[in-house]
Amino acid sequence: MQLALFIIFGGLALGGALNLLLQRHPIHSALSLVVVMMSLAVLYWSLGAEFLAAAQVIVYSGAIMVLFVFVIMLLNAGTEQHTRGSRAAYAVGIPGAAAIFCLLSFVFLSERGALKTSNIGGDLSNATDNIAQVSAMLFTRQLLPFEVTSILILVAILGAVVLARKEQ
Amino acid sequence: MTHLTNFELFLLLSVLKVAVVLVITLMGVAYTVLLERKLLARMQNRWGPSRVGPFGLLQPLVDGAKSFLKEDMNPLAVERPLFILAPIIALGCALISVAVVPFGAVTRVHGVDLFQIANVNIGLLVILGITSIGVYGITLSGWSSNNKYSLLGSLRSTAQVISYELALGLSLVGVVLRAQSLNLRTIVNSQSAHGALSWNIFGGFQIVAFFIYLMAAFAETNRAPFDLPEAENELVAGYHTEYSSMKFAMFFMAEYANMITVSCVATLLFFGGASSPFGHLFNNFLNTPVLNAVFPVCWFVVKVFSFLALYIWVRGTLPRFRYDQLMSFGWKFLLPLAMANIIVTSFVLAMRG
Amino acid sequence: MPTAYYLILAEMLFSIGIAAFLIKRNVITIFISIELMLNAVNLTFVAFAHMWHQVSGQIFVFFVMVVAAAEAAVGLAIIISIYRTRQTLNVDEIDLMKS
Repeated sequence: MQLALFIIFGGLALGGALNLLLQRHPIHSALSLVVVMMSLAVLYWSLGAEFLAAAQVIVYSGAIMVLFVFVIMLLNAGTEQHTRGSRAAYAVGIPGAAAIFCLLSFVFLSERGALKTSNIGGDLSNATDNIAQVSAMLFTRQLLPFEVTSILILVAILGAVVLARKEQ
Repeated sequence: MTHLTNFELFLLLSVLKVAVVLVITLMGVAYTVLLERKLLARMQNRWGPSRVGPFGLLQPLVDGAKSFLKEDMNPLAVERPLFILAPIIALGCALISVAVVPFGAVTRVHGVDLFQIANVNIGLLVILGITSIGVYGITLSGWSSNNKYSLLGSLRSTAQVISYELALGLSLVGVVLRAQSLNLRTIVNSQSAHGALSWNIFGGFQIVAFFIYLMAAFAETNRAPFDLPEAENELVAGYHTEYSSMKFAMFFMAEYANMITVSCVATLLFFGGASSPFGHLFNNFLNTPVLNAVFPVCWFVVKVFSFLALYIWVRGTLPRFRYDQLMSFGWKFLLPLAMANIIVTSFVLAMRG
Repeated sequence: MPTAYYLILAEMLFSIGIAAFLIKRNVITIFISIELMLNAVNLTFVAFAHMWHQVSGQIFVFFVMVVAAAEAAVGLAIIISIYRTRQTLNVDEIDLMKS
């Protein structure tokens, strides 16, 4: 069953990513990214990361992507155009991405023996559930990074408010 | 039944549960519309629908038939895929949330719990996540209508919903701190010790959180007094304007289904869910298995019904917020109050050990 | 199921993200492809966290999500101010500093 989940939702994620690449209007790309994120949430759940799956849906596809869609609708800037710069980018971009893909595939497939297997479910530790484990580590050993990220978010809020404000 | 394996039995019972809950929810949505019309009418000293069937009880059926039979207009300049997708997202998300709600006591038939469709460990986060995805229904309906006023109406409504989502999520943290789990069954069970006194709103001292949740829920479901995006329908235009018959009915049903979902969650988290307010006083009174299964469901329905009546009562009583008042209320009042509630609750729980 | 399958899916998403980053001309679409690359990396972290039975990988994904949220907020604010001054979102035309 893990294989079935992987094939279905991995295929959906890949389809969404290809759709992102091929669509002309940014709003269709944004909505394809939402599809990718939700299928990744299912894959996280099948790998035992329940909290991350919920955080992916709530934070990433439910808040960050809504912000993207909001800005695209507000600015309403239209479809992609084919300029001279974009033809040069096609000449470089597609071979570049293909080269990276081949390199990484080679590395992963040649190290296939060293990478073990991941079986479905939370067999991280059956004693406590995933949220208890994540929060136990997050609030004890990783407390300093946690507080620093909250300050980071505060700084980002201030920066966004200042940058997007109308000049008076 | 002996030739079915455990998995097939589980699958069959789950499909049956889903079908029954779906039908009951949709009937609930239809009759909530009737309830609202009659209660509002009584508050305004008139009758409400009373001609179709006894006490107007067949009115929802007739309204449904009218919605189906109206002409389904498709304007030329709309963006077809998103235009059709938006009401599907809105109604789908409103109905999916009922899947994790436990609406009765634990009653196992062949190992399958009858009164909850899916018992996930993070049930509360699932409900929050589905609410977050439901925003796309509103956003895409305004965009795909290809119409300035629809777009602005939907952007306003989207901004309102995502602003109040924060206060909604934070107000639930106090409940989670007390129950020490995100599992909805565990949260309900943590409130069943002493009947009404151990409900989260009374014994758990989450009354501030309850009011924050209530106000945030009114804003999330676009209901009065936060229904400016809907009032714009009457004034200029709104994100519903290009939709007709079935798709409009789907948006309408989605709003009432959201109301029902929010009432269910409030009942589970603050009012003890399916447990009775008398606690264990009458445990040996009528102790048959069938009645033990039915009574908690009746308590749950009574509590949800009183929440729906509260929604309608507030709609008939309070005037509307202006948009800037609405946004400043959400960001500058509810959000700091929810954070203060978290701090106080965790302090009290830490002191108690 | 071998972990390598998840890693290959993640690197396919990553390379599609790189291709979109290099090919597209709209600033917001480039930004979206950055988010796609971050998501691919998150999948790698979660797969490895499951392989080694540790929860640190998931904690790191949490931090990546937070940083991505902050970056998206500030980046979109910058894009809004670019649009206000230059009236275009095409990266080929936002070249005021070019000689």
